[in-house]
Amino acid sequence: MFQAPQIDYLAILPLIIVFGGGLIGCLLEGFLRREQRVSTQLWLSVATLVAALVALVWVARDNMGITAAGSVTIDGPTLMIQGLILSLSIIGLLAMSERLGGSTPDAFTQAGVSVPGSFEEREAVRLGGTTTEVYPLTLLAVGGMMLFPAANDLLLMFIALEILSLPLYVLSGLARRRRLLSQEASLKYFLLGAFSSAFFLFGAVLLYGYAGSMRLDVIADAIGTETGMDGLLIPGMLLLATGLLFKVGAVPFHNWTPDVYQGAPTPVTGFMAACTKVAAFGAMLRLFYVGLEAARLDWQPVLAVVAAASMIVGAVLTIVQTDLKRILAYSSIAHAGFILTGLVALEQVGASSTMFYLAAYGFMTIPAFALIALVRSAGSEATHISQWSGLGRRAPWLAAAFSFLLLAFAGIPLTSGFTGKFAVFAAAVANDYAWLAVIGVLASAVTAYIYFKVIVTFYFGDTSNDTVVVTPSALTTFAVVTGVLVTLGLGIVPAPVLDLAASAAQFLR
Amino acid sequence: MTDVPWLTILLAVPALGALALVLMPRGFAKAREFALGVSLVTLVLAVVAALQFSVGGGELQLVEEYSWIPQFGVTFALGIDGIALSMILLSVILVPICLIAAWDDVPADGTRRLQGYVAWMLLLEAMMIGVFAATDVFLFYVFFEAMLVPVYFLIGQYGGPDRARAATKFLLYSLLGGLIMLVAVIGLYTVGPGGTDGFLLSNLTGLEIGGVTEKLLFLGFFIAFAIKAPMFPVHTWLPHAATEARPATAVLLVGVLDKVGTFGMLRFCLQMFPEASQWATPVVIVLAVTSIIYGALLAIGQTDMMRLIAFTSISHFGFIVLGIFAMTTVSQTGSTLYMVNHGFTTAALFLIAGMLIARRGSRTIADYGGWQRVTPLIVGTLLISGLSALALPGLNAFVSEFLVIVGTFQRYPAAAIIGATGVILAALYILLWWQKIATGPKPEEIARTTRDMTTREKFVVAPLIAAFLFLGFYPKPVIDLLEPAVTTTLQHVGVTDPAPAVSAEGSEG
Repeated sequence: MFQAPQIDYLAILPLIIVFGGGLIGCLLEGFLRREQRVSTQLWLSVATLVAALVALVWVARDNMGITAAGSVTIDGPTLMIQGLILSLSIIGLLAMSERLGGSTPDAFTQAGVSVPGSFEEREAVRLGGTTTEVYPLTLLAVGGMMLFPAANDLLLMFIALEILSLPLYVLSGLARRRRLLSQEASLKYFLLGAFSSAFFLFGAVLLYGYAGSMRLDVIADAIGTETGMDGLLIPGMLLLATGLLFKVGAVPFHNWTPDVYQGAPTPVTGFMAACTKVAAFGAMLRLFYVGLEAARLDWQPVLAVVAAASMIVGAVLTIVQTDLKRILAYSSIAHAGFILTGLVALEQVGASSTMFYLAAYGFMTIPAFALIALVRSAGSEATHISQWSGLGRRAPWLAAAFSFLLLAFAGIPLTSGFTGKFAVFAAAVANDYAWLAVIGVLASAVTAYIYFKVIVTFYFGDTSNDTVVVTPSALTTFAVVTGVLVTLGLGIVPAPVLDLAASAAQFLR
Repeated sequence: MTDVPWLTILLAVPALGALALVLMPRGFAKAREFALGVSLVTLVLAVVAALQFSVGGGELQLVEEYSWIPQFGVTFALGIDGIALSMILLSVILVPICLIAAWDDVPADGTRRLQGYVAWMLLLEAMMIGVFAATDVFLFYVFFEAMLVPVYFLIGQYGGPDRARAATKFLLYSLLGGLIMLVAVIGLYTVGPGGTDGFLLSNLTGLEIGGVTEKLLFLGFFIAFAIKAPMFPVHTWLPHAATEARPATAVLLVGVLDKVGTFGMLRFCLQMFPEASQWATPVVIVLAVTSIIYGALLAIGQTDMMRLIAFTSISHFGFIVLGIFAMTTVSQTGSTLYMVNHGFTTAALFLIAGMLIARRGSRTIADYGGWQRVTPLIVGTLLISGLSALALPGLNAFVSEFLVIVGTFQRYPAAAIIGATGVILAALYILLWWQKIATGPKPEEIARTTRDMTTREKFVVAPLIAAFLFLGFYPKPVIDLLEPAVTTTLQHVGVTDPAPAVSAEGSEG
């Protein structure tokens, strides 16, 4: 007989708030008048995220435990990752709402459904037929991201993966300008994402065959005992890892990253780069630290090689890029390698350093993309390096902020990037992966070349081009200032956040 | 130990000055005066701090310790011995001189460019004080790397025509060296006692590491310092950087920053890895002697005077390293004194070369000739500085070069003899240079428009020449300051001075 599972609603209150907000957003989209849409949706979304964050800190933190028939775990790492996703998506959402003089969020098309260059599109632009589907889509994606690291069951993890991915596929295709590139990015992301989901599902099925359950604790118990299906464990693990490594953009599953990052609307790229990475690494931490910890000898070397390959490939390919969004895309591949270096360490310090790095990376990535969206040439975004030449003199604050973020990407001391790198490398060295740290260090030196080349272009290049910097609204300014301050703060006084990460690194099993 | 945190104050004053300059409105016309004022205040504070220092003790003084990032074992720990104090004094004396020298280097139109230039100078001063005062390996590393940023901008934004490439080259070399050191820094923590103050230099001194680990850690640090120093064969960034930099920047770069390399060898390599240091000594000695000869030979062949000075520095750094690794009290005292002397001498050479270049508009030596009669004061001071560089008795460098050679001879006679030929070569490159500039027919067309040293320029060279004479005739106070620190270092290494050659023969015979 079916028995309803006990659900600790207080523990999952943040999730409920976010999903509820997303659904209300969908409803409002049908009822609101055009001119009300943007502001209503914006404030609804921000309010939802803030409310969820408040609920997380005030309610969920006191209700940790495994709930919903063992499929959801709310523990330290979950809350840390969820809190991070919420904070990052607040500033991500603010950056998305930048309106540059129009009635529409500027980065997004008026009519996502129309064919680029078609009559419908022109008509939508003429009528100002603003649709604001980005807000509910973002909220639903955030909900999926929050569920992802909380999932204690492979099937739920798969569902969370899909919930977070599908809105992102759509969001990638909504760029206002260069519509074809954007739609191509969307399609590419969708197709490859569907592949990787299939791999993930296949892996989940194999582990089900191996352990007789999809729950991580059951799988963990099964490892080391004879189940009669022992041959399924390793292929199952590797296929699961494939699905997750795809989401974080690690080599060799990184090929979608540059094209999608370039094609997607710039603020979406920032949101996607930061939050997806946080969520997927959160899920990876749970999968490997809780479910597959006992089989570490089988997966640790594989992940170490993936980490090394990501750092090397990401770093080397970064230096040949000439488009800023692609530079950041390839650098995100290298960063995925750095984060994996922390994850491979497989200790409490591994989990805490990974989470710290995710915080550092997220808070530098969103403002970086938000700033890219402000630099324009002939109405569209100017993302080629040469178009940024000499901006240091014309837009000193933008150049200073972006340069500072680049210093953080490069891992120069007194920025969060350095603290994060130090944390993951220290974790790796302490756990006999010193060679990974060495590769990481060399990769850092390689990527530093391109970051400083960009800074050179800002400050030392000539100024003869038609690039203009638009004045951002308070929304983007807030997002950028927050990101820069966090980047600086985590570089100079990282102790409180390190403490938080360390205290939150205890998984419930 | 005093109640006043002198070192923190010394560090904070220029840093806050730099911050204030950045925050000031764009049209702030008195940026130079403000920066000079800040640097003079720093100088006074440094002198007051130096008066608290009791000469004759080899232990660290003015010690401060504050917990910074306990999770990483990092302490904000400052403290100085005689060597560090002399380096800090050198820095705070040279910075105001450089600010006066660079008075007209940037357009005095009250633009942000000028503000930026002096702000970077002050920030660099703060970093230099920090790097010499840090007694926590991690903190040292932070300053060591963060220092690159102001230098990068000083060269790249305000230098000569090929400045961007020179700045990038400088940065990549230094960053690579620094990152290699980072791995060693992390490794050092893991072999050390660990804990919340596991990076304190005092906790890492006298460890029994031994074997391959110690050698690898030593190499990690040594490579970084050799690049910084700059030592053959990793010196190639220096001539390029020094040529493209403004003379004032070049002074700080070569005169002070490069000393971090030799300072680090003394303070970190020798003190923490005594066995590995002795193991590496033969190779280092050979490289040092090579640097002396190679730098001098290349200096003779230079046609560009900034490059010439850069190569003389490579030769002089060879002497410093030779003295450090000969590991006798006399040779190391000579080296540390040489570090001070070289700072003043190179400063004078670069700044006077800068005066000539400002008048003639060319760095090429062949463009000059007969200037003895056009600008007798400038050419005269050039001669005095040149004689100091070639170590004429009575001028500062003689004492230190003599001590290095005598000290080295006690242990490695062959190295001392070969190294001493560098002194002869020095006479060649300096006197040839001076001859090409000063002698010959008076260049009429230039002479009419060129004026001799201005009052401002007199303020620049006067303190330097006073330093030459003082240190040349009466080096005792400085030697008294340095010798105890050197003795302590040698105790850490566990090396005693060789007995005088004659009695050694007698006793062994």
